[in-house]
Amino acid sequence: MKRFIQVISSVLLMTFLSTAAFAAKTDITLGMALEPPNLDPTGGAAAAIDEVVYANIFEGLTRFGSDGSVNPALASAWDIENDGTRYVFNLRPGVKFHDGAEFTAEDVKFSLDRARGEDSTNAQKALFANIAEVEVIDDHTVALNLTNADGNLLFNLAWGDAIILDPASADKAATDPVGTGPFKFSNWVQGDRIEIVRNDDYWGESVALEKATFKFISDPTAAFAALMAGDVDAFPNYPAPENLPQLEADPRFSVVLGSTEGETILSMNNKSEALSDMRVREAISHAIDRQAVIDGAMFGYGTPIGSHFAPHHPSYIDLTGNATFDPEAARAMLKEAGYIDDLTLSLKLPPPAYARRGGEIIASQLREVGIDTEIENVEWAQWLEQVFKGKDYDLTIVSHTEPLDIGIYARDDYYFQYDNDDFNGLISAFNKETDPERRDVMLKQAQTMVSEDYVNGYLFQLAKTGVANSKINGLWENQPTQANDLTGVYWSE
Amino acid sequence: MAATTKSRFRNLVPGAVLVCIFFGAAVLSFFYTPFDVEKFNIAQRMLRPDAVHWLGTDHFGRDILSMLMVGARTSLAVAFVAVSIGIVVGVPLGLMAASYRGRWLDELIMRGNDLVFAFPALVIAIMITAVFGPSAVNAIIAIGIFNIPVFARLTRGAALGIWNREFILAARVAGKNSVRISVEHILPNILNLLIVQGTIQFSLGILAEAGLSYVGLGAQPPTPSWGRMLADSQTLTNLAPHLALFPGMVIVLSVLGLNLLGDGLRDWLDPRLRRE
Repeated sequence: MKRFIQVISSVLLMTFLSTAAFAAKTDITLGMALEPPNLDPTGGAAAAIDEVVYANIFEGLTRFGSDGSVNPALASAWDIENDGTRYVFNLRPGVKFHDGAEFTAEDVKFSLDRARGEDSTNAQKALFANIAEVEVIDDHTVALNLTNADGNLLFNLAWGDAIILDPASADKAATDPVGTGPFKFSNWVQGDRIEIVRNDDYWGESVALEKATFKFISDPTAAFAALMAGDVDAFPNYPAPENLPQLEADPRFSVVLGSTEGETILSMNNKSEALSDMRVREAISHAIDRQAVIDGAMFGYGTPIGSHFAPHHPSYIDLTGNATFDPEAARAMLKEAGYIDDLTLSLKLPPPAYARRGGEIIASQLREVGIDTEIENVEWAQWLEQVFKGKDYDLTIVSHTEPLDIGIYARDDYYFQYDNDDFNGLISAFNKETDPERRDVMLKQAQTMVSEDYVNGYLFQLAKTGVANSKINGLWENQPTQANDLTGVYWSE
Repeated sequence: MAATTKSRFRNLVPGAVLVCIFFGAAVLSFFYTPFDVEKFNIAQRMLRPDAVHWLGTDHFGRDILSMLMVGARTSLAVAFVAVSIGIVVGVPLGLMAASYRGRWLDELIMRGNDLVFAFPALVIAIMITAVFGPSAVNAIIAIGIFNIPVFARLTRGAALGIWNREFILAARVAGKNSVRISVEHILPNILNLLIVQGTIQFSLGILAEAGLSYVGLGAQPPTPSWGRMLADSQTLTNLAPHLALFPGMVIVLSVLGLNLLGDGLRDWLDPRLRRE
């Protein structure tokens, strides 16, 4: 009998071990709150595009690492010549696009010329403004000649908007993207999911996953249910912070809190009648209790900020002191500006919880100092149309998730309508500067300037609240750019 | 006789009591609420019901009882005005259609009614709010439009039956025109039906307002509304079920109360039942 049990148990053990050895999953389903409008990162601003394609399907000359560093990608090395006005890139040999086309210097020239061309629809055209000429030296060497020395070039080329396309397939990138990345596009069921599969001809290290599915679930309640039911394996940006404690307590999941580049701000229309007066903007900044917003809207997940700058960046300075919560001071400033108890501002709120909940909290805080708001909840399409393009708003709440994006304050006609020649000069000098120490000083000046001009109400840095099956490894902890890089993801068993 | 009296008031009394409670709370909220519903207190959020906050606090630390009281105001006002629109427009249309029965005006009015009836109410409501923007006023208009055909049909159907009666013939012989006959003889005889239908429509109006607010097309924040309280608490049900429970219960009870009241009024006002 004893022997029998031994046999049985050893058989059972072997079955268990052998199934375990083959059980490590090679597919993953990721939940995303928003569906991308198309899949061409060079032709759209939506973060969701990059969250699907960046580093998975498309690659650029350089790329971001999970810590925000700029690493080589399709360019294996580069030399900087002529005092920083000429960059010579050595391209990786033997790289193929998913349709079999060879990757050469001509593709780089094509892609960059396309992105910076007259009729380019690139959402970040400014990234390429300084490139004067793209010069093909040979098949695997390309030089960028710049108008001015540019310390940002390698950083700019790492953005999703600077990925390299093949001339033959570039036009259909929106629906059938063909890149050089470790995954190939496979299927898109509109309104439901996008599937990508492993590219076995990838030039780099082969990836562990064979298939990945991005599933679009906009409703936070449905997101929670999908996680609980195992319909999605991970939600890299989980939309309902209120569920996190519960998910954290569940051994099936791991909750990872990281940083994002998302400066969440109360944007103000600096050219609207009342808000063109800096005293009113300053009063609003003092009327806001950031901690209450973070607690009430994000359930405590978020770091207070005092300017348009990420706290984890080395050049960050804490400027939250410029806009301390002080309703008395706010009332005094409004009185001085002549708006006491006589100011109604529109407040347009896009769908995320930080905006909808945060907006109600801010409206109640503004009411305390005598500012009335007219809240209007808008969908993203309306927001882009009315607020971002039409500038038909007084206040709105939005998270600016692009990395190191303080330069947007220098853009003509950006929706804040901030117009300061000193700041514009500082940013253009910064863009030319290559010395790291002087760049650091300039970044600090820029942060201080927008903070002291009270351009916007600076609320908090969005936390990356990732939820994943606890057997998944290698998802990005932080979010230095909008991406769900799956190259290093694998299941452990 | 005693038994029938008792059964005739079986619905009326609990219905009337519930409706009185909600109207009372709505009226009281103009003068007094336990806490200020416009003041947020994040530190006090999602408290369970206790002696201070009888129904607990919501995710912004507002007192739920106070929110429900002010929300009753929104719900009842929207439903009341919407039903009034339905009666003021629908009843004359129905009387007109009945007095011109079978002729082109009757056809025009009734086919117009069919047209409005053909669209699901919520779709039109969404269309109206999409064009004119979401607000309580637009919710009232949307719900009101859908009450018009309900009352027009009811009035026409009931009025047609009365037009065939002898006393109408007598009134005609006496030289009264159809407008006077409609107002003086038809209307008083169908009033009980209108009151009952009005009560039922009132409860549907409350449901419609809650539904529109739930999808974000009704009263806009910070105005408290039952439907939006439900929507806001949806993702929080795991953490604090009372946030959804109380507004949900209030919606159910108010609709139940109005339906009971409607049934009770029908039993009470119906002359055939009264005679027994």
